[in-house]
Amino acid sequence: MRILIQVVLATVLALAAISGAKAQDADLRDLINGLAVGGYSETEEQIAALAATGDPAVVPVLEALAEGDVYARKSDRMVFIAEKVGSTYTLTDPLTGETVDEVASGAIDKIKVNNRLRRAIRTALGALTLMSPDAGTRRAAAEAIFQSGDPDAIELIDAAIEQEQNPSIAKLMREARAAAVLNSDLSDEEKVAAIEVIKTRSGRDSLSLLIPLTEVEGPVGAAATAAVSAIEGELAMWDAAQNVWYGLSLGSVLLLAAIGLAITFGVMGVINMAHGEMVMIGAYTTFVVQEIIRSNAPWLFDSSLFIAIPLAFLVAGAVGVAIERGVIRFLYGRPLETLLATWGISLILQQAVRTIFGPTNQQVGTPSWMSGSFEIGLLQITYNRLAIIVFALIVFFLLMAFLKRTPFGLQMRAVTQNRQMASAMGIRTPWVDAMTFGLGSGIAGMAGVALSQIDNVSPNLGQSYIIDSFMVVVFGGVGNLWGTLVGAFTLGIANKFLEPYAGAVLGKILVLVFIILFIQKRPRGLFALRGRAIEA
Amino acid sequence: MSGPETETLLYLDGVSVSFDGFKALNELSLIIQAGEMRAIIGPNGAGKTTMMDVVTGKTRPDTGTIYFDGNVDLTKLDEASIAELGIGRKFQKPTVFQHHTVWDNLELALAGRRGTFAALFRREGSSERERIEELLGIIRLGELRDMEAANLSHGQKQWLEIGMLLAQEPKLLLVDEPAAGMTDAETEATADLLKEIAKEKSVVVVEHDMTFVRALGVKVTVLHEGSVLSEGTIDHVSEDPRVIEVYLGR
Amino acid sequence: MIGSFIRNGFDRSAFFVILVLVAAAFVVPALALYTTPASPFHIPGYAIPLMGKYLTYGLLALSVGLIWGYCGILSLGHGAFFALGGYAMGMYLMRQIGTRGVYGDPVLPDFMVFLNWDELPVAWYGFQSFPYAMLMVVLAPGILAFVFGWFAFRSRVTGVYLSIITQAMTFALMLGFFRNNLGFGGNNGLTDFKDILGFNIQAPETRAALFAASALALALAYLICKSIISSRFGKVIVAIRDAESRTRFLGYRVENYKLVVWVLSACMAGIAGALYVPQVGIINPGEFEPANSIEVVIWVAVGGRGLLVGPIVGAIVVNFAKSWFTTGALAPYWLFALGGLFVGVTLFLPKGIMGTLGGGWTALKQRRASAAAEAGVSVTDTDGPDGGRLKTEPAE
Repeated sequence: MRILIQVVLATVLALAAISGAKAQDADLRDLINGLAVGGYSETEEQIAALAATGDPAVVPVLEALAEGDVYARKSDRMVFIAEKVGSTYTLTDPLTGETVDEVASGAIDKIKVNNRLRRAIRTALGALTLMSPDAGTRRAAAEAIFQSGDPDAIELIDAAIEQEQNPSIAKLMREARAAAVLNSDLSDEEKVAAIEVIKTRSGRDSLSLLIPLTEVEGPVGAAATAAVSAIEGELAMWDAAQNVWYGLSLGSVLLLAAIGLAITFGVMGVINMAHGEMVMIGAYTTFVVQEIIRSNAPWLFDSSLFIAIPLAFLVAGAVGVAIERGVIRFLYGRPLETLLATWGISLILQQAVRTIFGPTNQQVGTPSWMSGSFEIGLLQITYNRLAIIVFALIVFFLLMAFLKRTPFGLQMRAVTQNRQMASAMGIRTPWVDAMTFGLGSGIAGMAGVALSQIDNVSPNLGQSYIIDSFMVVVFGGVGNLWGTLVGAFTLGIANKFLEPYAGAVLGKILVLVFIILFIQKRPRGLFALRGRAIEA
Repeated sequence: MSGPETETLLYLDGVSVSFDGFKALNELSLIIQAGEMRAIIGPNGAGKTTMMDVVTGKTRPDTGTIYFDGNVDLTKLDEASIAELGIGRKFQKPTVFQHHTVWDNLELALAGRRGTFAALFRREGSSERERIEELLGIIRLGELRDMEAANLSHGQKQWLEIGMLLAQEPKLLLVDEPAAGMTDAETEATADLLKEIAKEKSVVVVEHDMTFVRALGVKVTVLHEGSVLSEGTIDHVSEDPRVIEVYLGR
Repeated sequence: MIGSFIRNGFDRSAFFVILVLVAAAFVVPALALYTTPASPFHIPGYAIPLMGKYLTYGLLALSVGLIWGYCGILSLGHGAFFALGGYAMGMYLMRQIGTRGVYGDPVLPDFMVFLNWDELPVAWYGFQSFPYAMLMVVLAPGILAFVFGWFAFRSRVTGVYLSIITQAMTFALMLGFFRNNLGFGGNNGLTDFKDILGFNIQAPETRAALFAASALALALAYLICKSIISSRFGKVIVAIRDAESRTRFLGYRVENYKLVVWVLSACMAGIAGALYVPQVGIINPGEFEPANSIEVVIWVAVGGRGLLVGPIVGAIVVNFAKSWFTTGALAPYWLFALGGLFVGVTLFLPKGIMGTLGGGWTALKQRRASAAAEAGVSVTDTDGPDGGRLKTEPAE
């Protein structure tokens, strides 16, 4: 906790330095030098005097004093902040921050502090910062008091609340005050009121503040218990939101992996067991692109994924077309044989990649704009997962638009619904098959680019997603991409919700069992095409 | 709802089926009497095949009632139960078991116990053999009894399927386009065959071929957009202006 | 009744297959045990469990061949039934170790002691008894198959959908068996077996006996399958394969027929697993891997699935090739070869080795039959209401 306060105050300090008013430095210097005069009580008076200046420039010295890093030079009784470097001390001017001198330990006296002084310093710092003209400083100061819960700060903060204009900072201050009240020996009514204030601020820190109080007898204990359960309820909601987020993230990955599978299955009625390897090829394409960039054009690294996406689409798409032309078209009308042949292709592709790149994981870097995270409430959102969700949705809607608006999309849908009729209408179904297969494989390749950002790039990459992708297709139904979208996100979220209760593995098993049972009810999936055509 | 009449074999009332908004059957009502032969005609998409699907349990109607043989509710039964009740069906495309011989095809269709246990351990008896011989005579495939059905000609497959239907000893036969793809001589022979069968059983024939329907000489029901448009003799319906409009108006 | 059932299937080809297997059951162990290494007929001791393993694979392939070749059900999860049978046998073998384990616990297998368990899980009760364990070898896969099949066939899940959910089934089981707290040894599975029925599992005589048992089990299973496909039941399942809804409209309860043959096939796979485990000395969750189950399918395809002997031949040929490949310098190329096999067989050898070898004879027979037909033969129209599903093309 102490360290946290230090950090917060250091931030305050930095902010204060920016907005620092130029008070009379000489007067300040005198006040600071006064710290070295007399015993603890004199020092305490001096601290109060420093605080009374209201000048943020005194924050560093007070800060250092609490740490026990303030020394007086014996020769002239000037006070400095000192840092031990080797056997000597480096003296820093407390106001300017400049290094002034380097002395032996015998040349300086430490200004001693006890707990009472430390509290005085904290109060002084609080006063300096709580009333600072800078809103950020005030906010950070209130937060610091909330964390410390120092009852001595109550008066100070009451004064600050009275002055405060900014409602959100005022609220924070009231919370800080409430935290301080809880640690004080004020009446139960005051404390119950404080608990009510803290309850409005959900989060784990208020929980840790309140939980010890639930043990207390009387109204305070009761109020704390009620508040704890209220906050826990809210936290559970945030947890659920976090699970939804993880589920969306997994769902977007499944969507990317399954969408290509869904269109090839929808149009051609064949299950491509080598689909996972198309994903893998996409991931390896990303790897190769990044290797080339690293050695030839490092400044391009942040855009490596934008280069890799179209390349992965083309490479995987080309492999897909080759598979269709070379193998699958000879097996038309025999879906089970197609399944076996494409399985064989997947073995060959895996082994080929293993031979070329080796069996170990390859390092694929994350561009700087995709690293890091931000928070919404208590929700932690990483940029790379967010990027993948956005990417998956873009791919999905582009594909939808492509199928709805282009002549090729029209032909593809025609073949999906009635192959014979489409063929009779003059649509070159073999060409549609090849292009569909290339399209599906190309999308899988793009999925590989996305996956390279969150998973290990190894020859087995595709295998780990293929069964889940099948489940999405089976669950969502064939011939309707919305089914794939709903299926992917449903399964992703279901997986992540089951995980905390059942564990990752059991959760997966439960999802599989659920799908097996679901197929009983809706053998053709969630969004099945119904009608005579499909029965044939 | 008024109860079905006693001599009625098949009774459909208010049957509707829709596929994704498309109404394949729209409040269809139809009554087939015991021992009757009925021809059902109609343009493509009129709901002829769907009608057969709902009767044989392949498709469940969204609304409506279907009774067979008095009071058996067909909407609650599956295909196998309906077949065991005595409804046989011939598909539009001849559907025989390609990799079985003509004999085996008939043997599989023969009325009798359908359980798995019986199928494992029972052997065909002499009465069954006689019945198969008799059927082979009726469908004129006696010479080809040991040939795989895959190697039969189109017309022979049609007949084999009719033979299989007879082997089931159904009370009602649903026959979907029996004359499709047949030569004139074969068509004529098929019409004779059906007329022969209709002496003992109820038969519903779905057909496009007007000459064939005329050759049957039975009551005709015209379906259009999933409901009955007209009913009566072939001459009656072919003079009905609504029928003419449906057939010629487009 | 049973007699006529068996006589029905016992034709000349069945006689030949069974003769070969029964002869192998006696001759091979004899050659291994009673000839000196100098003899040209000597079979080295290490080869016996290897050959025994091939035979259990043959039995597994036969179980897949029965449902795929004759009923059109492509299972991508038969490895699960095989592994369950294997686990049942493995649990018996674990209980036989007794105090000879590393930790010397008389009841608990080593891995449970290691996990600090102090009681035997209920699932392990009774496995010290051989008859009980053998019952479970059949029941465990049988019950799983029954439950799975009852749901799947009743709701008419067919074709690739069925294949995919069988794959999901074995995948789910694999994940489960990898977990320690399921109580079947987790990652490491069951191993370090000592003896079976009181005989040292490593002894040459025991190995010979296990080989003989595998050969005889395969012969018996072959005979049963042959009898089934020769009965009217067999005709019905072939009818289901070729035109499922036609069969239904004839009044057959397709789901019941499928369920019977499916459960039977799963039990056969379980027995294969039970014979496999003592010969290789280990069973672990890797046996549930979907890849294993698909490999079984390719054995069947290589051997030829239209015939019962095809899967057996396929299993032995492919696994022999695998052993040969993976022990030599060619090891890195095995997956290329296996992958190529999948593609090559489906493209160029759809009837498999035995189907192609037998093809000449069948073609001759068919030509004779065609000649008998007066009408010209056209075989192009193979579409029924189940059009486009798996078919073995008639020889042209």
